[in-house]
Amino acid sequence: MTAAPPRPQTLGEKLPQALRETIIAALIAAGLAFPIIALGAEPDINNQLALQTRWSWVFTTILLAAGARFLAFTLETMRSRFVAAAGLLCAAFGLGTWYFAGVADPLLIGGTIVAGAAAIALGYFIDGDADVAPKKRTTVSAQDDTSTALAFIGIGVLVAFPLVMLFAFGEAGSLKWINNYGVQILIFVMLGWGLNIVIGLAGLLDLGYVAFYAVGAYTYALLATHFQLSFWICLPLAGIMAAFWGVLLGFPVLRLRGDYLAIVTLAFGEIIHLVLLNWVELTNGEAGILSIPRITFFGIPFTAEENGFAATFWLEFSPIHRTIFLFYLILALALVTNFATLRLRRLPIGRAWEALREDEIACRSLGINTTNTKLTAFALGAMFGGFAGSFFAVRQGFVNPNSFTFMESVWILAIVVLGGMGSQIGVALAAIVMVGGTELLRELDFLKQLFGPEFNPVQYRMLIFGLAMVLMMIWRPRGFIATRTPSIFLKKRKAVAADLVGEGHG
Amino acid sequence: MIFDALFGARFLFKQERALGMEFFAQQMINGITLGSIYGLIAIGYTMVFGIIGMVNFAHGDVFMVSAFIALLLFLALTSVIGITWLVLAFIIVLLLAMFFTSVWSWTIERLAYRPLRGSFRLAPMISAIGMSIFLANFVQAVQGPRNKPIPPMFNETIAVTSGGAFDVTLAWKQIVIIAVTIILLTVFWYIVQKTPLGRAQRACEQDRKMAALLGIDVNRTISITFIMGAALAAVAGTLYLIQFGNVNFADGFIPGVKAFTAAVLGGIGSIPGAVIGGLLIGMIEVLWSAYVSSDYKNVAAFAILIVVLIFMPQGLLGKPEIEKV
Repeated sequence: MTAAPPRPQTLGEKLPQALRETIIAALIAAGLAFPIIALGAEPDINNQLALQTRWSWVFTTILLAAGARFLAFTLETMRSRFVAAAGLLCAAFGLGTWYFAGVADPLLIGGTIVAGAAAIALGYFIDGDADVAPKKRTTVSAQDDTSTALAFIGIGVLVAFPLVMLFAFGEAGSLKWINNYGVQILIFVMLGWGLNIVIGLAGLLDLGYVAFYAVGAYTYALLATHFQLSFWICLPLAGIMAAFWGVLLGFPVLRLRGDYLAIVTLAFGEIIHLVLLNWVELTNGEAGILSIPRITFFGIPFTAEENGFAATFWLEFSPIHRTIFLFYLILALALVTNFATLRLRRLPIGRAWEALREDEIACRSLGINTTNTKLTAFALGAMFGGFAGSFFAVRQGFVNPNSFTFMESVWILAIVVLGGMGSQIGVALAAIVMVGGTELLRELDFLKQLFGPEFNPVQYRMLIFGLAMVLMMIWRPRGFIATRTPSIFLKKRKAVAADLVGEGHG
Repeated sequence: MIFDALFGARFLFKQERALGMEFFAQQMINGITLGSIYGLIAIGYTMVFGIIGMVNFAHGDVFMVSAFIALLLFLALTSVIGITWLVLAFIIVLLLAMFFTSVWSWTIERLAYRPLRGSFRLAPMISAIGMSIFLANFVQAVQGPRNKPIPPMFNETIAVTSGGAFDVTLAWKQIVIIAVTIILLTVFWYIVQKTPLGRAQRACEQDRKMAALLGIDVNRTISITFIMGAALAAVAGTLYLIQFGNVNFADGFIPGVKAFTAAVLGGIGSIPGAVIGGLLIGMIEVLWSAYVSSDYKNVAAFAILIVVLIFMPQGLLGKPEIEKV
């Protein structure tokens, strides 16, 4: 609430303050790093913890923190920030080479450090007495609706994706791309779109969405293993089951709002997880349900036998057929989710959702039945989660409770929030960036050369994920696509800027 | 087969029911010990919620970080500096852990929450979830994924009753935990109720804008609230380490949610409520695992959370929230 301290104006004020901030940052970094980074404890042969010290790590942390603070301060206050940024890059390059390479050319290192320092000094000098103009914000931006054309191009690309991959990488090489990237991303796109109904449209913050995913997966797994029902019968049943659980969760939480709602849904998700883990008679506990029947091409199994898919269609047998079919299946399911959401938004119920998000009290005053509105949002969101869950079960061939932890909920939530709540295309983009990004971490072999052969970037994916969530909230709290397209409009469709969109009160 | 599973009796009561009053008394002692730890963490949740109205999701992980700090400091004191008197080592570890955990919490508030003040409603909460994930994985990265055991301390027991069906005992560590909790809560209560700082905090809690107009540095007050919450979480972390003897990077989540449940049960925003809620949750958890099923003790805690929020959202001591247009 209180105003930030006044920005330093002149060179004489700026440089000392920059240095002071840098030193404070270094001291705090030292305080943060001291016990938990400087000391390590590993059990020895007698299972007694032995202490190790790692002062070089502390030194690096302090340097990084000081550098980051100096950079942030410089970029914040200077008009000639590009000069300063170039200088800092130069200096960082010099220091980095020195740190990692050890015996590189001293002239190069010294030169870059001096050049960097000179550039920063120059930046401060040029800046002189200039003051920094505050950023202007636009509240409404009008834009033409080009999303329909983009959507068709997107669908075209997705339909062609597995075939292109197949031609480009061959049967063995394309498996990774179609399965790890294609199918995995599309599952999360579908889950994101499903959750988007609850969060983005109705404004109800749901932290336990994975529960419905789990219900869908276990419904298919149990029905298929005990009653030999086919996937196509189980799919609607799984959706109905998940929707039923959505209503069950929805009823008690109708009165709750905001953070309370988030916590209750979190608790609900955890209860489902713990029940799956502990109800061994039904769910086989931690071991999970194995050998779930695999997907069939509308009754024709993907096997090498006489009645298999390959033989029926005069193809040579290949396991890639099943993966490609799974890809098209999840693509279809995701598109159905999207289509249903877009249509629902135009129905009275969809408008009621968005009205509920904007202002619940006004909604109630205007005679909207908030109970039904919330329950349908929960039920429909849960239903799509259930569909995705049964797809997950048929794709994996086994399910166990570890696939349905709180972290999964956070992933889906992060996709919806980072994409921009309520924006279908934003959610899809966020799913591609986040799921694809973590998959890409597996491929970053050059980092191994930089940090040594034991460095494994996949190990740090959750660390990066957590940090990215924080940074994203600071940088763009409204997500990638912050504007909203209204479903009803006068004369011309205009995008609504983020500042004007209500975020819902749960 | 599936029907057997569905209708088979799941919650078979355990045999211990027959053990009578002594067994119950022992469980109450254990419950109060555990509840003290939950209560200390819950204060951090309740104060932050009271002052800026956000659920500080990362608080459970701050607690976990503090347990790690206490473990490392304890090892450093005993093996490097060579302090052999356990009581002295314990006091030094407690104070240092409070300090270093406060630095962590202050930094988290400064970097992850303060820039979001005035942003849209979900932003701080999502940032806090991100911070929670970051902290757990950061500790995993720097300290390794394995459980860290420490040698047991304050393990001698005093027999309270003997000769009956069941001997009730009180371990020294339980006495330490309860005593430290009582002392710190008294100090803390004094700070909040009797000092200018506490007055500023209560003023910010009632009306931040008005407090700022009257010359209270709101940002500073919020920072101090985070620091106090973290200091109490550090006490809880140190006591947790003594009670359970080991700590793991993933240990922040479940105690965090239970402490939040305690805060909600006691009435969020109310500090005595957080302590009472903590004690209740601790006792319910211990009694549930003793008499019903230890597999489902976490389900019990989550179920209490849901039931309380639905039927008594203002908690035991909280003020009802009035919705204004």
